[in-house]
Amino acid sequence: MKTFKIGGVHPRDNKQFSAHQRITECPLPKQAIIPLVQHIGAPAQAVVEVGAKVKVGELLAKAGGFVSANICSPVSGTVAKIGDWTDAWGAPGQAIFIDVQGDEWLPEIDRTPDLIRSCPLEPKAIIDKIAAAGIVGLGGACFPTHVKLLPPPGKKAEVLIVNGVECEPYLTCDHQLMLEHGEEIIVGIEILKRALGVDRAIIGIENNKKDAIEHMTKLAQSKLGIEVVPLKLKYPQGGEKQLIDACIGRQVPSGALPIEVGAVVDNVATIYAVYEAVQKNKPLISRVMTVTGKKVAKPGNYSVRFGTPIEEVIALAGGVPVDTGKIIGGGPMMGRAMDHIEGMPANKRLSGLLFLPEAESIRPEEENCIRCGKCVQACPMGLEPYLLQRMSQLEMWEDCEKHDVMDCIDCGCCVFACPAHRRLLDGIRPAKAKVGAILRERAAAAAAEKK
Amino acid sequence: MVNDNMKKLIVAPAPHAHSGDSVRRNMLLVILALLPAYVVSVIEFGVGALITAAISVCACVLTEWLISRFLLKEQRQTIGDLSAVLTGLLLAFNLPSSLDWWIVLIGAVVAIGVGKMTFGGLGQNPFNPALVGRVFLLISFPAQMTTWPVPQGFNTSYLDAETGATPLYYLKHIAKTGDTSFVDQLPALKDAFLGVMGGSLGEVCALALIIGGLFLICCRVITWHIPVSIIATVALFAWIGTPAGMEAGQYVAYELLSGGLMLGAFFMATDYVTSPMSAWGKIIFGIGIGFIMMVIRTWGAYPEGMSFAILIMNACVPLLNKIRPQRFGEPKKK
Repeated sequence: MKTFKIGGVHPRDNKQFSAHQRITECPLPKQAIIPLVQHIGAPAQAVVEVGAKVKVGELLAKAGGFVSANICSPVSGTVAKIGDWTDAWGAPGQAIFIDVQGDEWLPEIDRTPDLIRSCPLEPKAIIDKIAAAGIVGLGGACFPTHVKLLPPPGKKAEVLIVNGVECEPYLTCDHQLMLEHGEEIIVGIEILKRALGVDRAIIGIENNKKDAIEHMTKLAQSKLGIEVVPLKLKYPQGGEKQLIDACIGRQVPSGALPIEVGAVVDNVATIYAVYEAVQKNKPLISRVMTVTGKKVAKPGNYSVRFGTPIEEVIALAGGVPVDTGKIIGGGPMMGRAMDHIEGMPANKRLSGLLFLPEAESIRPEEENCIRCGKCVQACPMGLEPYLLQRMSQLEMWEDCEKHDVMDCIDCGCCVFACPAHRRLLDGIRPAKAKVGAILRERAAAAAAEKK
Repeated sequence: MVNDNMKKLIVAPAPHAHSGDSVRRNMLLVILALLPAYVVSVIEFGVGALITAAISVCACVLTEWLISRFLLKEQRQTIGDLSAVLTGLLLAFNLPSSLDWWIVLIGAVVAIGVGKMTFGGLGQNPFNPALVGRVFLLISFPAQMTTWPVPQGFNTSYLDAETGATPLYYLKHIAKTGDTSFVDQLPALKDAFLGVMGGSLGEVCALALIIGGLFLICCRVITWHIPVSIIATVALFAWIGTPAGMEAGQYVAYELLSGGLMLGAFFMATDYVTSPMSAWGKIIFGIGIGFIMMVIRTWGAYPEGMSFAILIMNACVPLLNKIRPQRFGEPKKK
């Protein structure tokens, strides 16, 4: 069975809590909070005024740059406020607050469950529809999808790689989506193949989801050029570069995008959103979230409209369990521990909520590095985390750069593997920020000199 | 309603999961892996093996505690991580079982005090502490350190064991003089494999050491790179340099099974702190050890060179750590 070649770790997958729980619709909130940053890139620009009446699917904010994404209204009602808002991690931003009234949709949106297989649209029209729908990568990075579909001049996509890996422990939303909406995902893949002009698509699924592999293989059988590849269980297989390596054995060079090796990667949830946008005229207004944890009363997979305060989703899952130490937005490897949950809405970025008991929440004390090299063995990018952390502590930024700190994908394998509980990423993250700033400065200086 | 259980949320950067691995677990597994060889040496050498190991372990732990508590005035004591226990055990494995107790004590104090704590404790020392202790003793007490008790079954006396030469002494003599009459003096290959021969406390039973080493590789405590490269280098060197009058296979087998080779390859050279980080670094490190050891065994003044070979290569580790691991997306190294 295939997998990526360098590094990787084997965390316990803990998917049993929410696996195979049918996707449940979360009720509409009284007030929806729509942050203007739900993607990588420039914030979206609000196009509605306070007091405006909006319907479900209406444009609320338009993309604020080339790398940015539209935001469409997930609810119907009146815009109550556009203003300051703080996310669950304390970062300030802007949000549109909508008082929800009824559930009135734009008439062009097809709300029937009928499957529409044929797509006669031209690639340009498909990409425009995806951009209009505000679709971003739902696997976690939230990179605007339409940007990926427009390869830079001189580059040509050869293969679409579909990410059904879901390598984060605990999360099961992609798994359940493949089981319940596999057919729509297959249609979505064909749409994207058409948009990219490629004749080959590979669906990568990790071997701990045997039923999804079977299901998708059956659905793909009758389709030309769609192939399901079962992958050996190993974290971080869902990382873009790792997945490409696992599926087609090509390694994206340092600093380059997947298109360099002819690949475009999209997550299954993103592809389902593409199907809905292109075939049903439904913009990206909701997503499936996993709410889980060892002590959660009703762990499951919930379909949540964006803007719904997560407290309401949590209530659906039986409330915050006793003895909760951390509430994590996302999975345990790359998710972020929340500071508070009040006023935090579901949004494009939030793939799940994980409740960790207090005993599992406290980081053990750091011990001396014993130079065992397990971080080096674990790093899927072939870096030397022990060295980067030390250089970062000593503010040796140039050496960090020479040792390829910018290649770090933040996966956490090094910290996971370290027997001395060293907080390697705590040192590497600031080094990435610092070196990134230095590189930008250098590029700006070089550009100024050219002029 | 939802917030009843949310008095204090803990915020920390990702990842929020851990493998459960710890320094202590690694040390414990290495100690476990040493036990088969230790059992054999107790059977072969008797009470001496028990006393030597007990003195060495206790002295190492006590030295570390005293230095850390009273000289460095550390708040947190590190003896719980078992690394001092392991150093003590490894030191004992490298000593003759009939060594005077006070010599063992000096070795332990030097191993931990000079070899480890002077550099700042666990993880900071450039040289393998147990070998620092052993080599200090070898140079300071050459007669005592090269007087090897002969295995006699379980021996209840500590100091007055019968002594004799190790196979390495004969091998060196054969290699130097070409006098093959000594071949008869060598133990049978089966005995060399099972450990019925003279030598340091823990080095004699190749079988037990190989079992322990494979256990460590299976538990992912160590990787195959260092032991395999050492053993392969020694085998190749011995095969090429087989003295006239001996069969190549026989000579290679004796070189591999005698002296501290197996102990060194699986347990001493693989010491985390003093070995390189990357796979290629480890392989070069292993080749260097194998080569230096065979040079000492063949032409040097001592019959055995494992300790010196490892210490010399320990000194090269900072240089070997300049070898980067294979980066993702980088063209394959030649």
